[in-house]
Amino acid sequence: MTGIGAIFRKELSDHFSSYRFTIIFALIAMASLITTYMAGIGLREELAGVAKPNFVFLMLFTSTGSVFSLVQFVAFFGPLIGLLLGFDSINRERSSGTLSTLVSQPIYRDSIINGKFLAGVATISIMLVAIVLVVTGLGLKLIGVVPGPEEILRIGLYLVISIIYISFWLGVSILFSILFRGVATSALATLAVWIFFSFFISIGASVAANAMVPIDMHQGQPNPELVMKRLKIQRNVSLFSPMKLYNDATGIVIDPTRKTTQSFVMMGQIERMSLERFQRPLSLPQSLFIVIPHIISLIAITFICFGISYAIFMKQEIRSL
Amino acid sequence: MSGEIIIQTQGLTKVYGTQRAVSDLNLTVREGEIFGFLGPNGSGKTTTLLMLLGLTEPTGGWARVAGFDPLRESMQVKRIIGYIPENIGFYEDMSAAENLHFIARLNGMTDSMSTARIANALASVGLSGEADKKVGAYSRGMRQRLGIAEIILKEPKIAFLDEPTLGLDPEATTRNIEFIQSLSRDKGITIILSSHDLKQVQKIADRVGIMLEGRMIAVGTLDELATEKFGIGDRQVSLDDLYMKYFQEVTL
Repeated sequence: MTGIGAIFRKELSDHFSSYRFTIIFALIAMASLITTYMAGIGLREELAGVAKPNFVFLMLFTSTGSVFSLVQFVAFFGPLIGLLLGFDSINRERSSGTLSTLVSQPIYRDSIINGKFLAGVATISIMLVAIVLVVTGLGLKLIGVVPGPEEILRIGLYLVISIIYISFWLGVSILFSILFRGVATSALATLAVWIFFSFFISIGASVAANAMVPIDMHQGQPNPELVMKRLKIQRNVSLFSPMKLYNDATGIVIDPTRKTTQSFVMMGQIERMSLERFQRPLSLPQSLFIVIPHIISLIAITFICFGISYAIFMKQEIRSL
Repeated sequence: MSGEIIIQTQGLTKVYGTQRAVSDLNLTVREGEIFGFLGPNGSGKTTTLLMLLGLTEPTGGWARVAGFDPLRESMQVKRIIGYIPENIGFYEDMSAAENLHFIARLNGMTDSMSTARIANALASVGLSGEADKKVGAYSRGMRQRLGIAEIILKEPKIAFLDEPTLGLDPEATTRNIEFIQSLSRDKGITIILSSHDLKQVQKIADRVGIMLEGRMIAVGTLDELATEKFGIGDRQVSLDDLYMKYFQEVTL
């Protein structure tokens, strides 16, 4: 892996000294602080004069405050960090002629793409850790509750899932920077994919479910089996969205009182009795058990996306670089 | 030139789709030689250089660079070759010294090891005073000189210079050609100089090869080629005349 260290160092330095990074970091930090502040103030008022419940600190991340919670904010706008860090990573080198300079040095070609991806992941990690630390500090000050060990572990896990999620979008943007020669084209393509997965897949899931299991709402009480089948299809289709995977995973990890990733559950008598065993908040391993498929899926799509970028980059003829 | 053979190709061929970029190229270059690589745009010069660097896979034939196979031993080959591409690329938001530090790191040099070498390389091409200036503010000629500084820093056995005088004014061209000549004279670097500037090539090349449509149509010293085509020595014939003579014979 000769050269990967030098490329990693240069890319990291480029990210941290770029206006692009400064602007996105400032925006996200500002929005996170405002969200946390609103959530913290709301929580302080609600908790005044009552015994503080368990995991109250985690509510800072899930309480919606005025508009949205921190978790929702990162789910929605987090991908922009990944997209902005990678959309011109290869085609900019190509158009400025530096890619020829790089590949003619005694380094393996994959060091270039590996170094760039790792530097992007490191930047995302540093950015998120910094934001979560600031949010935690502000939360401590606002609600005056010290997080317990399990809460810290849950926040740590939330951070890891968020880094994987944003790294997936970094992988997507690097892929487009390899596929498209124009920086503007790759930027537009990455934005289009983000918009598709963030907005349209839920609409598409609903349309697909309607088409596959049509239910006539005018004919009285719909058949519960059909309703469940339709919901299942809708849910399965929407799981193609990384945002849905991320929302489900972080929702369970950061909120121990949530016991399922499903928003609508129909239960019979036996299932209800069975679930009554879990009256208390779930332990961390139990939460993790529920979301492990989601986390693995996020890791898998990140690796698949980076793997495709890697394969295309390695196979490209140098004359076209 | 009586050095050992440092570059050898046999039947080297590169086909892109239906287009033969390089066809059955047999070439030898000796150690310490300045080899002028001539030919019109699209004649296969750059593709040949890329194959010799191990960056493009040949469709047929083989090549050896200092005894290494560029395809299977590309790392060894890239360690001993310095390459200035036609569109020389440096990071514009970094200074010349920072660019060279980055190149040095890619070549496995530590910063402490490379600092003095970078200062020396920049001084050799007259860029000491501009070392901390961003490359974005450099003229084309200065960038080309920075490319030569990169070669000096790397101290390779062989340098591939692809159009190093393209777009330069006469003064900058002469200056760069002198720097290139000094690479061979002072450092003993074998140079493959691809250029359209025949007058400058004539000044410094020990031998020339003329490529057309992927084929090497002539190779030898200027004297040999002049004698072959005009029956007179190279002092009375310019490389322009020779080039045009070969070119017309093949195209007509």
